Amino acid sequence: MAHSTVGVIFSNIHDENISELSRHRTMASVPFGGRYRLIDFALSNMVNSGITTVGIVTKNNYQSLIDHLGSGKEWDLARKDGGIILLPPYSDETDKPYTTRLEALMSITGFLNHRKEDYVVISDCDGIAHMDVADIVRFHEEKGADITMVYHDETHPCESSYFMTLEPDAAGRVKGIKINPKDLEGKTYHLYVNVMVMSREFLISTIQDAVTRGFSSFGRDILTKNVDTLKIYGYAFRGYYAGVNSMTDYYVHSMELLDGTVRSELFGGRDIYTKVRDSAPSKYLEGASVTNSLISDGCVVEGTVENCILFRGVKVGKGSVIKNSIIMQDTVIGENVTLDCVITDKNVVIRDRRSLAGCAELPYFISKGRML
Amino acid sequence: MKKMLRKKECVAMLLAGGQGSRLYALTNNIAKPAVAFGAKYRIIDFPLSNCINSGIDTVGVLTQYEPLELNEYIGNGQPWDLDRAFGGVHILSPYQAKKKQSWFEGTANAIYQNMHFMKKYNPEYILVLSGDHIYKMNYAAMLRAHKETGADCTIAAIEVPLKEASRFGILNCNPDGSIYQFEEKPKVPKSNLASMGIYIFTAEKLFKYLEADDANPDSSKDFGKDVLPAMLNAGEKMFSYRFKGYWKDVGTISSLWESNMDLLGEQPAFDVGDADWKIHSRNPLAPPEYIGAEADVQNSMVALGCEIEGTVIHSVLASNVVVEKGATVRDAVLMAGTVVKTGAKVEYSIVDENVVVGEGAVVGESKEKGAGIAVLGRNITIAAGAKVKGGEILDKDYKGE
Repeated sequence: MAHSTVGVIFSNIHDENISELSRHRTMASVPFGGRYRLIDFALSNMVNSGITTVGIVTKNNYQSLIDHLGSGKEWDLARKDGGIILLPPYSDETDKPYTTRLEALMSITGFLNHRKEDYVVISDCDGIAHMDVADIVRFHEEKGADITMVYHDETHPCESSYFMTLEPDAAGRVKGIKINPKDLEGKTYHLYVNVMVMSREFLISTIQDAVTRGFSSFGRDILTKNVDTLKIYGYAFRGYYAGVNSMTDYYVHSMELLDGTVRSELFGGRDIYTKVRDSAPSKYLEGASVTNSLISDGCVVEGTVENCILFRGVKVGKGSVIKNSIIMQDTVIGENVTLDCVITDKNVVIRDRRSLAGCAELPYFISKGRML
Repeated sequence: MKKMLRKKECVAMLLAGGQGSRLYALTNNIAKPAVAFGAKYRIIDFPLSNCINSGIDTVGVLTQYEPLELNEYIGNGQPWDLDRAFGGVHILSPYQAKKKQSWFEGTANAIYQNMHFMKKYNPEYILVLSGDHIYKMNYAAMLRAHKETGADCTIAAIEVPLKEASRFGILNCNPDGSIYQFEEKPKVPKSNLASMGIYIFTAEKLFKYLEADDANPDSSKDFGKDVLPAMLNAGEKMFSYRFKGYWKDVGTISSLWESNMDLLGEQPAFDVGDADWKIHSRNPLAPPEYIGAEADVQNSMVALGCEIEGTVIHSVLASNVVVEKGATVRDAVLMAGTVVKTGAKVEYSIVDENVVVGEGAVVGESKEKGAGIAVLGRNITIAAGAKVKGGEILDKDYKGE
């Protein structure tokens, strides 16, 4: 990268979209793909593009995130200068903790002022993609843009409670931005995927300006209002993109990982970093039958597993048949259990001979630590 | 105020210079302790994990033969929690000095040449280990025994079948565990208590005997042959420490194969999944393994990043191994990145890293035929349709006969 870039990741935004999974954790630390957390994708994209400093904006329930990130060494971000810098919420007698993205940005101006990088890339954790961040910054420079917003063409209506669509012209200049448009059924539209690039200077001055004017919403008060005066460009991301905007999305996109082309887009050619647990490799016992499934380390399978994603340390007992399900870390499934379209959160215990089923549109969710 | 002298009670010295020549093609370019084991480990992970799990956080690793890969693997020691400001893991290679320059001549000489490393920590005890064995052992318990008996040297010992005893260093002991005789590979063993090559010395005594050994021109500078007998002859207190558990020298092709197979099954002979005694290792960066729609995987251990579309029975597969449709892997150990193409068959074999077994090729023969274990060295290609006989050892591309 010709110019240096600092990353900012919002760990809590969009939590409400998958409240079952984010009840006890940030969006960033929602488990995904057998051994990852959602933040691993945004963070690995940055690291793989040569970024060595990432500020992580937190708000609440960030214990699991701190635990996951540790010193940042798994991402090679345990650095003397920079590395992973957690930015917890700030409040005093006059200031309450932030409630909007703009307020969150206001609260991290200290961090932004202290950095020396030319550009800032801001990303949320709700998207799973292999993005070349360096290429987005290059695009931003070439266009001489004030703000570059990354979009992905979608054909299904977005289920998020808050999202934006972009209307770029042939040169990429964004001519219109809509918040939560309704009439998307049957259309192809350009969904903003919550990744944007600005120069650090521009971001700081924009925040200062917003403070003096008493603005509160980045989308409404800054982006949509200034679409004619600011040079906002849309960067078309053409690769595989999975937005996690609902539990159905979470389930559907998890299952897409069973497709080899999706896996090679996400994992091929570069590494996705994550916390390691030093689990033993998984064991398949005599009589096990595993087909079309992703299995993480530390699993012990004796039963039948079909079209499933098993996270680390899952046990599937003899005679059990698990289909179309996502089984999270350290879940123990006893003998002769039947599961179909079930998502278990971490540390669930399912005793012998239980039978549970959901459907693809509404998978049956079992919350963390429950015993059935 | 005088600065307090920092010290470590016990410093471990791990002898990792061995060539492991009986592993043939598997140690062409790497030291034996760096040989892959159990789908994600390397042999050295076991002594290193034992150290950290026993509370010993200062380890010198003595390398000599093909050290590059081993050095890279150990790195700063972070995977074993051995990246420390004071202590931690240190690679100790042979070096040039003002008065002399030499390779490590024997096990004792290797330790002697790194006296300054040990003395830096002002230790009371030195634990000497080798990088040749698969086992889980609490060295802290052995150190406790060493202190209780007031020994100058304690040697870990395990009972072996009497008929195999002549392959080992045998300890002849009194009922209280004190050693009265040490026999290196005796033709007619008096006992079946074998030395495990794990020693705890009271540091001062060790330093004294290493200096004397170095000054002795007739010495072969070996612990088993020279230093231990010298201590015993001088009347130093030497005790055995009985170890009961899994311990395997993986120095031969067949013992390496057997030890890998000992990990399999519901009640394995050796359990690497023990949460109370984790075996730490440098983890591969890979997604979970994918088991395909037509795959059949049974009684096996499979690591991250594998893509299995074929049949895998009673085998150990390391990270990023690919087994294509219609391919069969049975009674085999496949190391990282190896690809078994469509319709190929690998049986009773050890296949090193990044080997390509071409379409329809056959490697090895079933165990029952008695031809032995086939071994393929790293980075080679077996041409489509080629046949590699049981017991054969290859380290170059093979097109068949």
